Amino acid sequence: MRRVTQLAAVVLSGSLGMASLAACGSTSDSGSTAGSGSTASAGAGGGGLKVGMAYDIGGRGDQSFNDSAARGLDQAKSTLGASVKELSAGANETDADKTQRLKDLAGAGYNPVIAIGYSYAGSLATVAKEFPNTKFAIVDSTVDAPNVTNLVFTEEQSSYLVGVAAALKSKSHKIGFIGGVNVPLINKFEAGFTAGVKATDPSATVTPQYLSQPPDTKGFSSPDLGKAAAQGMLDKGIDVVYAAAGSSGNGAIEAVAGKSGAWAIGVDSDQYNQDALAKNKAVILTSALKNVDVAVLDYIKSFKDNSLKTGTVTFDLKSGGVGYSKSNPAFASDSATIAKIETAKQAIVDGKVTPPTTVKK
Amino acid sequence: MNKLLKKIDGERLLLGLAAPVLAVVTALVVTALVLLASGKEPFQAFNVMLDYGSKADSQIYILNKATTYYLAGIAVALGFRMNLFNIGVDGQYRMAAFFAAVVGAQLHLPGVLHILVIVLVAMLVGAMWAGIAGLLKVTRGVSEVISTIMLNAIATSVIAYLLSPGRLAELDASGNVSTKVIPDSGHLFNIATKGGSLYGFIFVAVIVGIAFWWGLSRTRFGFDLRTAGGSDSAALASGVNVKRMVVTAMLLSGAIAGLVGMPELLNNSYQYSLNFPTGIGFTGISVALLGRNNPIGVAIGALLWAFIERATGHLEFAGYDKEIAGVVQGVIVLAVVIAYELVRRYGLRRQQSRVGRQLAAQAVPSKNQEVSA
Repeated sequence: MRRVTQLAAVVLSGSLGMASLAACGSTSDSGSTAGSGSTASAGAGGGGLKVGMAYDIGGRGDQSFNDSAARGLDQAKSTLGASVKELSAGANETDADKTQRLKDLAGAGYNPVIAIGYSYAGSLATVAKEFPNTKFAIVDSTVDAPNVTNLVFTEEQSSYLVGVAAALKSKSHKIGFIGGVNVPLINKFEAGFTAGVKATDPSATVTPQYLSQPPDTKGFSSPDLGKAAAQGMLDKGIDVVYAAAGSSGNGAIEAVAGKSGAWAIGVDSDQYNQDALAKNKAVILTSALKNVDVAVLDYIKSFKDNSLKTGTVTFDLKSGGVGYSKSNPAFASDSATIAKIETAKQAIVDGKVTPPTTVKK
Repeated sequence: MNKLLKKIDGERLLLGLAAPVLAVVTALVVTALVLLASGKEPFQAFNVMLDYGSKADSQIYILNKATTYYLAGIAVALGFRMNLFNIGVDGQYRMAAFFAAVVGAQLHLPGVLHILVIVLVAMLVGAMWAGIAGLLKVTRGVSEVISTIMLNAIATSVIAYLLSPGRLAELDASGNVSTKVIPDSGHLFNIATKGGSLYGFIFVAVIVGIAFWWGLSRTRFGFDLRTAGGSDSAALASGVNVKRMVVTAMLLSGAIAGLVGMPELLNNSYQYSLNFPTGIGFTGISVALLGRNNPIGVAIGALLWAFIERATGHLEFAGYDKEIAGVVQGVIVLAVVIAYELVRRYGLRRQQSRVGRQLAAQAVPSKNQEVSA
C-alpha cells in the first residue's frame, strides 16, 4: 500500500512537472498581447470601440448598483456602437481572481476596461501597471495610476438632501436609515443623511440599521431583510425610512406601503419610476440619485472623443452626478419642501455646507 | 499470507481510485448535459477549460489556490477522522488571519521570527475558536455541527466590529477598510516564475500534509484519535480518554484552520481587509470529502477544485455561463459521496464472497478472520 501511494505521488508530481515544462512557453495572455497592441491606441473610432466591463459581485441583474452601470454600458452600445465584454465577480474571490479578470479583458484588447466597485482597487493597481496602453476606470474607489480614471460620487450630498426632505415630512420626528452592508461606502450615505435631518430638525432622531456585516454582502440583495427591518422601524413609530441597501430596499418600500402616512426614500436610481416597484410607488417620496450609468457612459464617450481625463473625476451635486428625484407628484407639488431642499442644495454647491462622509462610532 | 495482504491492498487502492474517478466522470457527463440543455456545445467548453487551465500562469494560480484549499481540507479531514464535523473552519481561519494581521503589523522582529510569531498567533486563535466548540461538546453535550456554525456567525460579527476605522483598522483612500500592513520582515518569500509568483507557503502546506499523515498513522496519538473516531465505547474500553480526544482534535483542527488564511496574508495582501477571501472553510469540506480525508487525496481534491475555478473563470470570457463552475463542483461532491458508498458496498460484497470461497476451500477459520479484519 505504502509503496503504491509513493509511486502514485512520484508519478503525479512527475506529470505535474511535465505539464509545467510543456506549458512553460505560454501564459494565458501571451497569445493575445499582440492584438492588444493594435487596439490600445486611444479613440480608435466607433467601429473598433471595445469596452470591457468587470462587475462587482451580483453582476448584471442585481436591480441596483451593477445594473446602473450596465445601463450606461447598454447606452454606449446603442449610441456609440461599442462592442462589449462583460464579466462578473463570484463569491469568495481573492485579489488574484479579480486581477485575472481585468487581465483577461485588457489582454484580449478591450480598451477601455471599467471595473465596478471598490473591491477592484487592489487588483486594478496591479493590472494598470501591466497594461500601460489600456485605459481603465474604477467606480467608487481611487487607484493612483496614469491610465486610470476614478469615477467617484458624493453620495453624502444627495443623502443630505433627502435627509432634509425626511426631516420636513416626518410627523413623529423619528426617522430610520437602513444600510445594506456596514461598509464605509454605505456609512457615507448614513452620515450625509443624518446630517441633513439634524440640520433641518434638531429634535429628530435617526435610527440606523444595517442588514448585514461584511464580508457577508447579503444585505444588498435580501428584500425580506429590508422588509423586516423597515417593519420594525415602523412599529417603533418611525415614519420616514431611507434604505441604501440595493434590492433589499424594495422590501423596505413594500413594508412602508403597508402603513398610511409613512414615507420611503429610494436610492441610486429614481425608484418611483422602476417597474418592479410600480405597485408601491406612491409612498416613494423621493430618491437619492447616484448616476453610475451617466458616469459610465460619459467615460466611454470621452474615451471615444479622445478627451479622456485620468485621475479622479468626482460626480457631485454641482455636476449633476448625484441628486434627488422629483417624480412623485405628491412631492413635486409640495413647493415649500422643495424650496427648502433647493436652498440646502445651493448651500452645498456653494461650499457653505459640507456633509460628513463618515459616521462617528 | 504476506502475498495475500498485498493483493488485497492493491485491490483496495484500485477501489479507492475508482470512486473519485467515477465521481469526476459523472460530473463531466452531467455538466455536458447542462451545457447541452442551455444550448451550448460542451466539448468546446472542456477544451477551453483544459487549454486555459494548463497555461503557465494558470498553473501558478492553481497551486496558490490549492495551497489554501489544502490547508482547509486537512483541517476538516482531521475533524472527520475523529468523527467530528468541523463546519467552523471558515470562522476559525478568518478570526485567525484577522488577529494575526493585527499582531503582525504591530511587530518589528527579524524576518523568520516575525513570520513565526504571525503563524503562531494564527494557529493559537484558530485553535481557541475551535476549542470553544470542543469544550461545549464535552461539557454540555452541544453538537459541534451546531456550535461551529454559530461560531462562524459570531466570528463574522466580531471581525466586523473590530475591523472598522478607529478600532483595529483604518479607512484607506480607496474606500476599503483594512488592518495596517505587515512590515517587510513579516512577508514570506514568493518564488518568481514565468507564470507569476508562487506562494512560499506551499512548503508549509506540504509539511502540514506530511505531519498529518505521520501523526495519524504512525503515532499512538493518531491511533487513539482514529479509534475514538471509529467507536467511542471501544476507545474507552482500550483506555482512551474520549473527551480529551474530542477537545484535542478540535484544537488541532482549529490550529490547522488558522493556517488557511496565511498564504493570502503572508504572501499576497499582507493585511486583513474587507477584501479578504471568505468561504474557504466550506471549500475545505468539499475538498476533504473528495480526498477521503487522506493527505494525498485531499491534495488532489484541492488541486482539482482550484483547477475548476481557474478554468471555468475563463469560460465566462469565452461566452459560457460562469455558474458552470458551481454545477461541476456540486455534482462532484454529490457524485463522490454516492460513488464511495457504491464502491464500498461493491468491495464489501467482493470481500465477503472471497472469504466465503476461502472458508469453503480451506476450512481454517483463524486465517480468514485476520484477512477480513
